[in-house]
Amino acid sequence: MTDAMLAPAKTASAAAPLLKISGLEAWYGESHILHGVDFDVRPGEVVTLLGRNGAGKTTTLKSIMGIVGKRKGSARFEGKEIIGLASDRIARLGIALCPEERGIFASLSVQENLMLPPRIAASGGLTLDRIFTLFPNLKERLASGGSKLSGGEQQMLAIARILRTGAKLLMLDEPTEGLAPVIIQQIGRTIAELKQEGFTILLVEQNFRFASTVADRYFVMEHGRVIDAFANSELEANMGKLHDYLGV
Amino acid sequence: MFALLGISPQQLFQQLLVGLINGSFYALLSLGLSVIFGMLNIVNFAHGALYMMGAFAAYFLLNLLGLNYWFALVLAPLIVGAFGALLERVLLRRLAGLDPLYSLLLTFGLALVIQGLFQNFFGSSGLPYAMPSQLTGATNLGFMFLPIYRGWVVVFSAVVCFSTWFLIEKTRLGAYLRAATENPTLVRAFGINVPRMITLTYAFGIGLAALAGVLAAPIYQVRPAMGADIISVVFAVVVIGGMGSILGSIVTGFALGIIEGLTKVFYPEASNTVVFVIMAFVLLIRPAGLFGRTA
Ligand SMILES: Nc1ncnc2c1ncn2[C@@H]1O[C@H](COP(=O)(O)OP(=O)(O)OP(=O)(O)O)[C@@H](O)[C@H]1O
Ligand SMILES: [Mg+2]
Repeated sequence: MTDAMLAPAKTASAAAPLLKISGLEAWYGESHILHGVDFDVRPGEVVTLLGRNGAGKTTTLKSIMGIVGKRKGSARFEGKEIIGLASDRIARLGIALCPEERGIFASLSVQENLMLPPRIAASGGLTLDRIFTLFPNLKERLASGGSKLSGGEQQMLAIARILRTGAKLLMLDEPTEGLAPVIIQQIGRTIAELKQEGFTILLVEQNFRFASTVADRYFVMEHGRVIDAFANSELEANMGKLHDYLGV
Repeated sequence: MFALLGISPQQLFQQLLVGLINGSFYALLSLGLSVIFGMLNIVNFAHGALYMMGAFAAYFLLNLLGLNYWFALVLAPLIVGAFGALLERVLLRRLAGLDPLYSLLLTFGLALVIQGLFQNFFGSSGLPYAMPSQLTGATNLGFMFLPIYRGWVVVFSAVVCFSTWFLIEKTRLGAYLRAATENPTLVRAFGINVPRMITLTYAFGIGLAALAGVLAAPIYQVRPAMGADIISVVFAVVVIGGMGSILGSIVTGFALGIIEGLTKVFYPEASNTVVFVIMAFVLLIRPAGLFGRTA
């Protein structure tokens, strides 16, 4: 990778990164999945990880969250090294994950799912009222069982429940996967509003058309590494390369 | 009808009461087993030994420290529960993620060691534990005489079981527990200290066993083998109710106690085996248990 790729994109602010990943490696048992991932996320940004299936995007988010068996290298959040911490400690520092499989608990009601993640900061989280304005459907389904929701409702619940906690960095793993266009639009609007509220968002997406509506910068992953980076303003210019990277 | 069968109502109600008493112990013990199984995914074969330790704790609190039954009711579950927490921290935790067979063997071994140690120091014969003076005597219900202590055991056990059910199914703490049973990794990634929760859950299940031990002390004698005597029926109860089902273990515990009691009236020869016969039928028809979720 050349230095030019890692250099801060022109449009982004010069603030110190909220999250800085360098030389991140990760393993599932014996299989070595991440081979030195480097990127950073600045406060208030929406950064999108792009890459083909199996490139290591989910593994990167899980490594940051501390839920991959073995990891090496460095991940600094607000300057603090988190690579050796247990995941509950990492969460308490202000990082929250909305997992790819959504992780709605079937034995809990919608309300219980929503209220499950404990508040980790006295301020900063959204109020329930605000959450219900963003996701009106959830309010009507509060008493339902977690397993009774549609795919779209599950995704909304999975996002909604990490908004209450006061986490600063939200990691959303393919929030639009398998959803209808209207719901994708709703999630897009939500991400835009969250950005306005000051949340920092690390997004994983295959759908870069969707990502382009919200992202400030992109990092492209392949075979467990970041192989390219560019700002949203450079998206059109990079379209040809992107098609090659993503095979679309 | 009673006359027809040659059974007096008095006899029937007496046995029903005995059944309810046994059912109380089955329910408390299988409830603890279910709570532990749900969270730790282990079958705690040491449960009977820890129940016995609860009874011994009550005995020592009284005879060494002069602390009576009411203190024991609170302290014995705490003491034995703390011992359980230690077992989880030092031993069981090392087996997390391995085949459940290992923890089964470990807890089975622990049961033998604990029981052996108590037998070594206190012999096999029972130590008497006096009934608390407030609960001695009997009351005439019209159709039968009810020994007050036995009534107390049934009511108190039912209250404890219901409270536990409420705690797990209806409170925020219970939501953490249920969520961690489903997906501990994600619950931890939300900032909850799941390993500590696991330790406390094990301690809580053990505390329930110890509580049952205290309740049993004035009825049965305090004996090292008391846990071994009851535990096989309790495991049958858990199998019938369905592993890990909270409500299932409570209902099945009381119900099987009653069925045992009734069998004593109508067909005494089968009273020791009826639970196992039911278990065999349930396993054939619903292998996951009456209340179990089929995976
Ligand atoms: N639990 C696991 N155990 C072993 N290997 C895994 C596990 N999860 C993922 N992998 C492997 O790690 C590699 C990276 O997977 P990862 O899920 O991070 O990819 P991804 O970029 O998120 O892909 P997708 O777009 O399909 O979600 C893949 O080769 C995958 O097969
Ligand atoms: Mg993925």
